[in-house]
Amino acid sequence: MKFEKMLQRIVVCALMLSFGSSIGFSQQPAPPSNVNAFDTPNDSGTSVTITWNKSADDGAGENSVIGYNVLRKTGNADFEVITKAPLNAASTRYIDKGATGGTAFTYVVQAVTTSEVKVDSMPTVPVKAVGNWYHTKKTTLLAAILFFSGVTLVFIQISRGGKKLFIRKIAGLDAVEEAVGRATEMGRPIFFVPGIGQLDSPGTIAGINIFEAVAGYAAADQTKLKAPCADPIVMNVMQNSLKEVYQAAGRPDLFQSEDVYFVNDRQFSYVAAVDGMITREKPAAIFLQGVFYAESLILSEVGNSVGAIQIAGTNQDTQLPFFITACDYTLLGEELYAASAYIKGDPLQIGTLKAQDLVKLILFVLLFAGTILALFDINWILSIFERKW
Amino acid sequence: MRRQIPIWICGVLGLLLVIQFFVPHQVSEDFLDKSNDWFRILTVFAFVIGIGSLIRLHARRISRRGENWRYSIAVIAGIVVMPLVALIDSIKASEFVTNGMWFEWFYFNFYVPLDATMFSLLAFFIASAAYRAFRTRTLDATLLLLAGIALMIGNAPFGNIFWDATLGKLPFLPNGFPTILGDWILVVPGMAAKRAILIGLALGAISQSLRILLGLDRAWMGG
Repeated sequence: MKFEKMLQRIVVCALMLSFGSSIGFSQQPAPPSNVNAFDTPNDSGTSVTITWNKSADDGAGENSVIGYNVLRKTGNADFEVITKAPLNAASTRYIDKGATGGTAFTYVVQAVTTSEVKVDSMPTVPVKAVGNWYHTKKTTLLAAILFFSGVTLVFIQISRGGKKLFIRKIAGLDAVEEAVGRATEMGRPIFFVPGIGQLDSPGTIAGINIFEAVAGYAAADQTKLKAPCADPIVMNVMQNSLKEVYQAAGRPDLFQSEDVYFVNDRQFSYVAAVDGMITREKPAAIFLQGVFYAESLILSEVGNSVGAIQIAGTNQDTQLPFFITACDYTLLGEELYAASAYIKGDPLQIGTLKAQDLVKLILFVLLFAGTILALFDINWILSIFERKW
Repeated sequence: MRRQIPIWICGVLGLLLVIQFFVPHQVSEDFLDKSNDWFRILTVFAFVIGIGSLIRLHARRISRRGENWRYSIAVIAGIVVMPLVALIDSIKASEFVTNGMWFEWFYFNFYVPLDATMFSLLAFFIASAAYRAFRTRTLDATLLLLAGIALMIGNAPFGNIFWDATLGKLPFLPNGFPTILGDWILVVPGMAAKRAILIGLALGAISQSLRILLGLDRAWMGG
């Protein structure tokens, strides 16, 4: 009898324990609070941002919230989960990038526990995504561009007024005439390699400016100038440039469209072809001007091996060390872009170079002052340079 | 007039694209997409002209038996064979395919190895260029040599092992000093110089863009 009672008690205790624990596991966590949905600022009108305060059970005990789902509905429809998987615990923000069509959406945020128990927050007010006509976080950049443009226009006006502006010597550009002269004396061709960039790159356009200068000297000396291109649009532009320069020099008969030709738009196929030409034709001068990547050293070392005088310039800062190592002259940084103004000596273009120098000076002063102030935990100058979007 | 119209088109469209950067509205995004579509369409037309120029150049060289004309046969063969195998694949598949068996066979057995070979040459050219650069004839070259040695020792596992077993035992020199020195050269003086160049490049690019928008720089339209 005693044994039966004891057994009864054990069974009752076990049942109570099991019931209690099941209550414990299915206990609902606290929902996320203060859920707020608003039109994402500075976007094209396709997203809504949802923010919330995390559940009080986020990271706490057995009822620990392990993530959040975001649900959305329009009008009287049912809520649908829009997050592919629960967002991580401690998340307090989600951007719904599918809030298109000018529809008003209502959101709830759902806390999810380890035992898959889910509890919804209060729904937000309906929100519609609206496109913005101005990106407020780009204001500093806009101000900087307007300032730079203003300074440039002022210097152009100063130049137009007849004031002679000084620009420093650029060895790489001064050497252009010397390199062409060397090719003329040796009776060998000049190679102009514009790189693998397209015409939408400022580096390629800067290279074409230098090509025009080289073509001018080549026309005067009647030296063969060849330009293998990796982009057909660049090829067309350079063919026109060559034609114009030869016509302006009074030697239209020198122009042959085959001197500027398309080779290949694939990086290493282009390099293989150009290296082959350099090896076979042994040009006396090689100009590597434009956009270059890994092919920079392969081209310049082959040029070096045939004893050509090489003048290089690129807007790819990672390739400059290779050019400096393998070439006789290298245009550094903004020197590449200064070529047009420097070689042609056009006062209006020189005005833009002076504006560039002034803005660079202002930038360096700001950076220097900002660095000093940052030592004293005053960061407002450095914060101007932060990218905010 | 022939010159003024393109300059105006470039100036107006260039200005609109600058404004587009500051306008996140869908209208602005659509304008950018359309501009990019037009650029791609024009590129395709230019490709036809480019390939035409390539075929003309090499066909002429072959017909005249010009210098190294045999190389031109390889170029023409490449231009003919690759579209041909793509066409055969497409006929077999009864639809246009770009990853057919024959095309991929030629691509992976001819193009890819040749491409990789060209890229691999870079390793040897780096060695030959480094040899020339490291000849200590000037103060600059000496500094370059010293920085190069520090970086090489810092990056090679043997460098730190050797250091720690020898000079690293000295009380005022820390373990792993070559790596610390190498990292410092990259992060402090190297980065400072790189940023100076980048600032110059960025200003130069903006300045050139302004010259193009104002019609002062006309290289983009061929003189």
